[in-house]
Amino acid sequence: MSSNNWQPVIGLEVHVQLATKTKLFSSSPIAFGAEPNTQASEIDLGLPGVLPVLNKEAISHALKFGCAINAEISEKVIFARKNYFYPDLPKGYQISQLDDPIVGKGSVEIKLGDKSKIIGVTRAHLEEDAGKSIHDLYSNNSAIDLNRAGTCLLEIVSEPDLRSAKEAVEYLKKIHSIVTFLGISDGDMSQGSMRCDANVSVKRLDDKELGTRTELKNINSFKFVEKAITFEIDRQIKKLEKGEEIIQETRLYDSKKNLTRSMRSKEEANDYRYFPEPDLIPIKISKDQINDVRKNLPELPEIMKERFMNSYELSDDNAELVTINKETASFFEEVLSYEVSSKNAVNWITGDLFALLNKNDTNISESKVNPKHIAEIIQNIEDQKISGPSAKKLLEIVWNEGGEIQELVQKEGLEQISNDDEIEKILDEVISENQKQFEQLKSGKDRLQGFFVGQVMKKTSGSASPQVVNKLLKDKLSK
Amino acid sequence: MTEITSLSLTDQILGLTDKSFSSKEITESYLKEIKKKKSLNCFISIFEEESKENALLADENIAKNKARPLEGIPVAHKDIFCIKDKKTTCGSKMLSNFISPYSSEVFSKLDNAGAITLGKTNMDEFAMGSSNETSFYGNVLNPINEKLSPGGSSGGSAAAVRANLCSFATATDTGGSIRQPAAFCGVTGIKPTYGRVSRWGMIAFASSLDQAGIIAKNAKDAAIALKYISGFDQKDSTSLNEEVKDFQKEVDANQEHVIGIPKDLIEKIKNDQVRDSFKNAISILEKDGAKIEEINLPHIEYSLPAYYVIAPAECSANLARYDGIRFGHRSKNVSSLEDLYVNSRTEGFGREVKNRIFIGTFCLSAGYYDAFYNKALKIRNLIKNDFDEAFKKVSSIAMPTCSNSSFELGSISDPVEMYEQDIYTIPANLAGLPAISIPSGTANEMPVGLQLIGNYLDEGRILNLANKFQKLTDFHEFK
Repeated sequence: MSSNNWQPVIGLEVHVQLATKTKLFSSSPIAFGAEPNTQASEIDLGLPGVLPVLNKEAISHALKFGCAINAEISEKVIFARKNYFYPDLPKGYQISQLDDPIVGKGSVEIKLGDKSKIIGVTRAHLEEDAGKSIHDLYSNNSAIDLNRAGTCLLEIVSEPDLRSAKEAVEYLKKIHSIVTFLGISDGDMSQGSMRCDANVSVKRLDDKELGTRTELKNINSFKFVEKAITFEIDRQIKKLEKGEEIIQETRLYDSKKNLTRSMRSKEEANDYRYFPEPDLIPIKISKDQINDVRKNLPELPEIMKERFMNSYELSDDNAELVTINKETASFFEEVLSYEVSSKNAVNWITGDLFALLNKNDTNISESKVNPKHIAEIIQNIEDQKISGPSAKKLLEIVWNEGGEIQELVQKEGLEQISNDDEIEKILDEVISENQKQFEQLKSGKDRLQGFFVGQVMKKTSGSASPQVVNKLLKDKLSK
Repeated sequence: MTEITSLSLTDQILGLTDKSFSSKEITESYLKEIKKKKSLNCFISIFEEESKENALLADENIAKNKARPLEGIPVAHKDIFCIKDKKTTCGSKMLSNFISPYSSEVFSKLDNAGAITLGKTNMDEFAMGSSNETSFYGNVLNPINEKLSPGGSSGGSAAAVRANLCSFATATDTGGSIRQPAAFCGVTGIKPTYGRVSRWGMIAFASSLDQAGIIAKNAKDAAIALKYISGFDQKDSTSLNEEVKDFQKEVDANQEHVIGIPKDLIEKIKNDQVRDSFKNAISILEKDGAKIEEINLPHIEYSLPAYYVIAPAECSANLARYDGIRFGHRSKNVSSLEDLYVNSRTEGFGREVKNRIFIGTFCLSAGYYDAFYNKALKIRNLIKNDFDEAFKKVSSIAMPTCSNSSFELGSISDPVEMYEQDIYTIPANLAGLPAISIPSGTANEMPVGLQLIGNYLDEGRILNLANKFQKLTDFHEFK
């Protein structure tokens, strides 16, 4: 399918669950994985006579986000009722915002290879989440869990500035890194802390007007965002090239089959009958409050990245990699606190540690290897006490069994032999066992050098210093 | 000797304190009266055993000199106030099986002040009605003439006070639901400033208009009772964080009064007896030294249409939670989710409630919002401004409570004619002002009410004026 003549236009609505101690309008605690309906008070159940009381922490979280993307902040925050019936929506309306969202126009910058692009953020508003309907627990009944009902969401709406699935993913990653760096969300997509809807349309490159859009609902991973949008762009282009029209509708992404399918058309869309929430008074946000938030804003990824490049002499790519999220950045800085070289620290974290995390399908905050482990492994290498292969082995052992690095080096006999005499003895053994090859090497077959180093390493179970072996071998050849 | 049930609250407190009688005696006397006058249908629930037990505890407290301010005083609560572990029906089939797991602030405050809860009073369904005929539990009879309506929606509370079935009763007023039944039953009813009394646990009809208040035998009693339910409550965001003055002191204080009379409005009163009794009441106050000023409330004539947009709009959302899923009536005739909603609500709500949900849903619908809801809000502001302007010159405003006295049960079938019952009471709700209704004469041999509207938070002023009037007249005495 040639998409050369077509221009995708994409906007994202990202729902970020804010990491507040209690819900948006009740004092119920928020905890993922609690027993169903144990974190729901009379307010969350929408019992007759209950009233919402706004959680101030949610306001301050939203303000942090607003300041982080240099957005306009509304002077007053007004909540509205969004009316629709759904079994896991206890009140029959969701308290959300329509006019005067707390965060107005702002923007974020995304990286695309060595280029960067500014993506506009239209608005971000606070709203309460619904509960969960569970349809596969009982054979003939659906179950409702209201633990999630009333948790704080920040809905971040982008301008239709994104032009490809790749850009959409980069934008989503950027939002993810901002909210996690700010500490206002755990950003965990697998637990629904970040969910995304995408508005997708395509137009011919030279068309001024946008095409008819479809809305893709609830795409819950970076991977699926890319796949769902890619599929949808393709679907729309195919239709348009056949001369068919795109229907404005909401579509659901099926991650198992990797396709999107129609959920409801525009005609079937709800009329939400928004009106100002009479149970809450408008909240005033003062200039002082905004300045205060701005002043106390934690270091954001771009600024941190720049600092890493300057203070630790990291390359752009390396700095990008270790500032991918807050946890990695602080892991990196903790490793550095043991006074190891920043280059080694980056290589070990983004190389071997990332590989281990990937293999075990986990993230750095769950890592069984801590910064001290990494730092001590690096120190051992820097002091030439252990070899590279030994270090890799050590990392595996620590991951699997835990323990102290110094003790493990001893226990596993990983200490590098850098004693020249000892190594020379072994090298001599190897030469005498492989006379023919040694002659060939002498007569210029250089690639056999590796063979001899390898044999020495084998005999010492990797504990000989390769540098020393190389040096000794060279000495012998020049004799 | 006067029956203890017909003593004023002031005299009952005195009698209990000097041990002329016990709480056990008053409580049992009231329970006996309630049984005797069961046909009035004032109560939906009666807590006979519990109130007897509580009376004994109250007598112990009195004996130990540990009496709280309302220790041992038997009261009744409108069945719109949630009481923990008690059925709270709001006069509806929808909630006929609803046992509240928590208590309203109004109940808790009176309970903590030592009052004994005799039971819960009958009311129009979800407080929507002006005759008490929309109650799922059947209408209340007017104790003065059982063929006539007690008014609504707090008809049960007004009739219970009039029939000496409780010392005083709590009630709520969204468009006149305290004042109109108080007028029809010849008792005193006060709706305080919006936000003066917490709405926590009071089942919502129209959140921006609903306000709890008191129906009592006279202004002095109302002042005492109001004092103990008023005050800021952080569970209600619209509750006012303002000092509550000692209404009990204010009601008897020496105050000067300037009474504003909206002359145009008075001249338009069709019922001669209502108009004459109003003029007579004003001349009594004038003779006593009050200054009378003509005022202009130019937008007040739009109150009724504005109210009948705003109140139904809010009610359409407030009543969405009654969906048959978590509590309340659930239809047995269900084969789909849609059925569950439609049938539960069709069966659970009465006709008037459905009317208002329809009106409100329509007014908020896409394309109609500006024409109805927004316009109504503008009118509401104009009415507020009218009052603000008037209160620059006067300390209270007088008008009749209602354009007629009580009517025969079943005689008004046109909803709009019924809505016109509230024509004089609605403005105070739209503006959020305190207003009191006191008996001021008769029309067709039934009581009519004089309504006094006060400035924001100035309940003391209208209570004082009402008390003054009651010292000069005997309209409030039960004959």
